[in-house]
Amino acid sequence: MSSFGIKNEKLAGWNRPPVFESDGEGELLEVAMGPHHPSTHGVFRMDVVLDGERVIKLKPVFGYLHRNHEQLGQTQSYLANMPYTDRLDYFCSLTNNWAYALAVEKLVGQEVPERAEYLRVILAELTRVQNHASTIGFLLQEMGASGTPLMYAFREREKILDLFESLTGSRMMCNYMRFGGCRVDASPAWIEATRKVVAGLPAFVDEFERFLMTNEILMARCQGIGVLRPDLAVNSGISGPMLRASGVNYDIRKVDHYGIYDRFKFRVPLGDHGDIYDRYMVRMLEMRESISILNQALKDLPAGPVMDPKAKIRNFRPKAGESYGRIEAPKGELGFYLISDGSPNPYRYRVRPPSFINLTVLEDMCLGSNVADVVLIFGSVDIVLGEVDR
Amino acid sequence: MTERLDQIFVVLKHWLLGYLPESWQTPVGVVISVVCIIGLYPALFAITTVLERKGVGRIQNRLGPNRVGPYGILQPMADGIKSLTKEDIVPTSADAVVHFLAPIILVVTVFMGFAVLPMGRNMVLVDMDAGLLFYFAMGASTELSVFMAGWSSRNKYSLLGAMRAVAQMISYEVALLLSSVVIVMMTGSLSLVKIVEAQNHYSYGLPHWFIFTPWGFAAFIMYAIAGTAETNRSPFDLPEGESELVAGYHTEYSGFKFALFFLGEYVAMFSISGLGSTLFLGGWMAPFAALQFIPSWIWFFGKLFVSMGVFIWVRGTLPRLRQDQLMNFAWKFVLPMCLLNLFVAALWRFMGDGWLRWVVCSAILILAYVSIGREGMRRKQFGPRSYRYAE
Repeated sequence: MSSFGIKNEKLAGWNRPPVFESDGEGELLEVAMGPHHPSTHGVFRMDVVLDGERVIKLKPVFGYLHRNHEQLGQTQSYLANMPYTDRLDYFCSLTNNWAYALAVEKLVGQEVPERAEYLRVILAELTRVQNHASTIGFLLQEMGASGTPLMYAFREREKILDLFESLTGSRMMCNYMRFGGCRVDASPAWIEATRKVVAGLPAFVDEFERFLMTNEILMARCQGIGVLRPDLAVNSGISGPMLRASGVNYDIRKVDHYGIYDRFKFRVPLGDHGDIYDRYMVRMLEMRESISILNQALKDLPAGPVMDPKAKIRNFRPKAGESYGRIEAPKGELGFYLISDGSPNPYRYRVRPPSFINLTVLEDMCLGSNVADVVLIFGSVDIVLGEVDR
Repeated sequence: MTERLDQIFVVLKHWLLGYLPESWQTPVGVVISVVCIIGLYPALFAITTVLERKGVGRIQNRLGPNRVGPYGILQPMADGIKSLTKEDIVPTSADAVVHFLAPIILVVTVFMGFAVLPMGRNMVLVDMDAGLLFYFAMGASTELSVFMAGWSSRNKYSLLGAMRAVAQMISYEVALLLSSVVIVMMTGSLSLVKIVEAQNHYSYGLPHWFIFTPWGFAAFIMYAIAGTAETNRSPFDLPEGESELVAGYHTEYSGFKFALFFLGEYVAMFSISGLGSTLFLGGWMAPFAALQFIPSWIWFFGKLFVSMGVFIWVRGTLPRLRQDQLMNFAWKFVLPMCLLNLFVAALWRFMGDGWLRWVVCSAILILAYVSIGREGMRRKQFGPRSYRYAE
């Protein structure tokens, strides 16, 4: 009963899950989980049809946090959009900045100085570490661990947010990157502080792994639950750790070599089962790879300007054309699609949000599991509602 | 002096009763004891809430409440005043009478259990011959109130929570009873006072508590598991699992009725801990003969607080199980072990003194633990995994 017929074998087990229907006994119960349920990470609703505690239907309802982001983006200048991108995935504002900056840089063919590229990598990887740590913490919180792992994750996140604050002036809404570089340079003291924080990270990851990875309750709750088959994952455009947990080797840092990622040596961890445990472990292992990238980047960080002197900030009017810039954000492929008609505002401004697209397969993963599992599966997707609803 | 300190509450009560006519003494004596119990345990509850919040806070690397009074010790007062002044909301579609009765029934039945618990030498409200039976009868009726709360609220989360609670509590009630039956087999009495007295002797300065025998140790472990599940504490807190069911069966309760549920839960924890220490840890007895000069009630409440500490520690440490895993654990592991333990206890009784019974009984229990555990894990499909990397 624990895995509802979904076998936990090596890839042979990627068969279609059985169709779950009511056994005809008793009444079905329709429960609206959300929009103010404690584990929906904000305002999100799942209309769940239950047979006992088994889910036989699930309808995600989006849009409670819709803020007209894309339409707003078309009514103001390119630069004015930058702070708005912070508010998409408010856990990882720096990667949002980078993806948008990348799209605009592609549109105008803007070069980025060496030092700025390194800073971008450092900040993006720090963002990835704090995002993954918090996601795992939240996942365990939803498993009922009464906040202890979450507080440990937040202790580490706090250190990283302090770094962001001292560099950009804000902890979460960083608004740091610009077309052609970064807003301000990092001081040597900041670099030193970052080195210190990064040196402390492996101990934290070790601690997390030691206490959680082989915990029996955690393994029993996570393994074989919420299986996402690789074909379904690819067909529905899933990206990020969720896709890699299903065993698909697709990391945009490796595929696109955007920025300077081809200079660093890192590996891409892959899962074999596509269940909650794999998603959790892939994030865990990615944190280790991020730490290794951070170490390399901090070692090689060159001196120089952080802003291309030829970059145009005032009166920024790109030539007519279109571009799509995408990066491997902590949650998956984050892309910005821009069409310019030569005016100061984008003609079309479109966000490809990983949270939203990863959430579309929620029903396929949840069918046949318990209410308790739905909460876990939802948590293992790793979403931020600001990005889902935009 | 030590004798007087030990019996101070008993002496005090009799001194008070001395002023009354003979025919009044029994009923007024009962009322005095009842008032003491009803006053004492909510006070302990208040202390425990702040201890729990502080303790879990420390486990979670934060401070816990520290604003109200020195070190935040007056926090329970603030919480109490807040819950008293909050609006008491009854959902329009709720069954108002049942909705109102549920928390009251919970608190009443939970407090009834203390009537038979000896809290010190000569400190028991009623020395009932069938004390243990009475205790379990009262413990079982808390399930009624939980289901009343879930059903009358007309809330789907409440209903699911109540469903889970009843399934879980009934399953673990069986294990709780079976693990205690061993003690009854050994002492030949259902009276909790007699059970404490049966443990009340020392050899080489060490006590003869039932936990220090193979069957007693096994029964204690089973009792601890079942007791945690019975009081809906982590990792068995599914009925109120806040990340899944908002607050379970008391989702629709607010203000003082919610506070009553909260009180009921904590007092039930005290009660289960008290029974556990009575059955297995010698009740009000000192752990060493040399420490007998310390009053018996200090030992009883000390043991109570140690076990509350364990509850708090477990809560800060473990994630929650799922419903089917919980049930599997109850019926496929705890129950067979309890049944086997009955047999082992009988064997112990008839093997007579000597080291042989220690070896035989321990061997049977360890063998059973290993084989049942391994059999249970064999069918489970989980374990540590290794991961591959793409370059």
